[in-house]
Amino acid sequence: MNEHAHAKVEKNVAVMAVLIAVAISFGGLAEIVPLMYQAETIQPLPGVKPYPPLQLAGRDVYIREGCYNCHSQMIRTLRFETERYGHYSVAGESVYDRPFQWGSKRTGPDLARVGGRYSDDWHRAHLLDPRSVVPESNMPSYSWLGDKLVDGALTTQKMQALRALGDPYSDEEIAGAAAAVTGKTELDAVIAYLQGLGRHAPKAPAVANAANVKNETNDAGGRP
Amino acid sequence: MSSAWSWYVIVLVVLNLAGCVWLLRWTGKRRPGDPKPEDTSHWWDGDITEYNKPMPRWWLGLFYITVVFAVGYLIYYPGMGAWAGTSAWTSAREHDADKAEADQRIAAAFAPYADKPVEELARDPVALRHGQAIFANHCAACHGADARGARGFPDLSDDIWHWGGQPQDVLTSVMDGRQAAMPPLAGALGSAAKIDQTIAYVRSLSGLPVDSQQAAAGAAHFAGLCTACHGPEGKGNALMGAPDLTDKYWLYGSDPDSIRETLVLGRNGNMPAHAALLGPARARVVAAWVYSRSHGEAKPQ
Repeated sequence: MNEHAHAKVEKNVAVMAVLIAVAISFGGLAEIVPLMYQAETIQPLPGVKPYPPLQLAGRDVYIREGCYNCHSQMIRTLRFETERYGHYSVAGESVYDRPFQWGSKRTGPDLARVGGRYSDDWHRAHLLDPRSVVPESNMPSYSWLGDKLVDGALTTQKMQALRALGDPYSDEEIAGAAAAVTGKTELDAVIAYLQGLGRHAPKAPAVANAANVKNETNDAGGRP
Repeated sequence: MSSAWSWYVIVLVVLNLAGCVWLLRWTGKRRPGDPKPEDTSHWWDGDITEYNKPMPRWWLGLFYITVVFAVGYLIYYPGMGAWAGTSAWTSAREHDADKAEADQRIAAAFAPYADKPVEELARDPVALRHGQAIFANHCAACHGADARGARGFPDLSDDIWHWGGQPQDVLTSVMDGRQAAMPPLAGALGSAAKIDQTIAYVRSLSGLPVDSQQAAAGAAHFAGLCTACHGPEGKGNALMGAPDLTDKYWLYGSDPDSIRETLVLGRNGNMPAHAALLGPARARVVAAWVYSRSHGEAKPQ
């Protein structure tokens, strides 16, 4: 029997594993690695800053409660999405999101542009008992959010950790973190986070500008 | 994308395609000395065997067709590094073209309403249908699908208007939003007893049962602190969004505890501005629908 190369690959699991890894790494090497060095994905949009302490705490409540299971924060480049939510999401908005909250499922609406859409009072009523304001809502009520205060020392540590990862927090911001969250509940924090979402999104181009879009060839990545 | 990264991607893409072709040829080829398809060395239990036949040519052909397709795709669409493809397609450009077309249709549909007075639109059944749809999308989350509101979110279907019920007032509320500012008054009132007295007086204004002695004492506190916004008779002031306290409608509840909360913590009802979201023509149409709830023929008075 002639034992050719094909048989060797099939019968040697280590060789096969290495070759599979090589084969499937092409996609990632071509599509992911260059993004780590692209200006539009690592430079924040104008106005996008690391989260202030209360919003940062709220973001962690958002993650803890699993909001991302039902809410995306990713408006795709589809007309019917931008009609409903606002300008499509661009990479420069998520620079300080670790990890990003783009999500992949919408049982509820997208939240990428929810900041300022509703009042704080509405969020308060809606988070504690969604059906008090939207009778047909199937969102669970998060009635416990108002019971627990945000931990100032922990928030300070989080900001220090993020600074170690490269977020440009100043010394004053970190020193003031504990004071900024004193007396605030988790409900306050998550509302502050929600009200900050999408505040620095690119402004939608006016209808009159749409005709000029064809002439611009260097905005391929949706850069503002 | 810098040219170095562009070439990096191009090299990977070409290597990948070339690798696919090589793999197809290498695995599909029969070499001298290979066992015949029916002549395999794999035997189990003495009589179970497997053949080692080459893939059918048509099947192999499908693999080659995918490679050809990939080449065509990479010419037409972007993929080879910074090369934009002959179509120059981007998702952003496709979106903008779709949006331009839809915006044109929307602008054409709403153009007839742009200059008409809100009162007139409130009697136009087609405009009202549009208005109701816009309301459902943008307003119902707070004010309810039937515009009857909820605690803290005003009922828009009645005749009571905190910020004025004239067509222009409604339109301004939609376009620019509203920010109420009832300050916390616990400090100014001083004692719990005075707060209780003020609560009693405020309740008496709308005819709710109260201890008349308490209410009489509260009238003095009211005159000192509340009249600036709510007026000497508690009739409110639409310029500041100060509610009329003599009617039966209570945005935050008329029970003593709710009023206590209002006095102690203040109220800052906020209607977000919708000018940027809706544009003037659609804002006008939705204002007309809201106006029609209390003024149209649709609602029997």
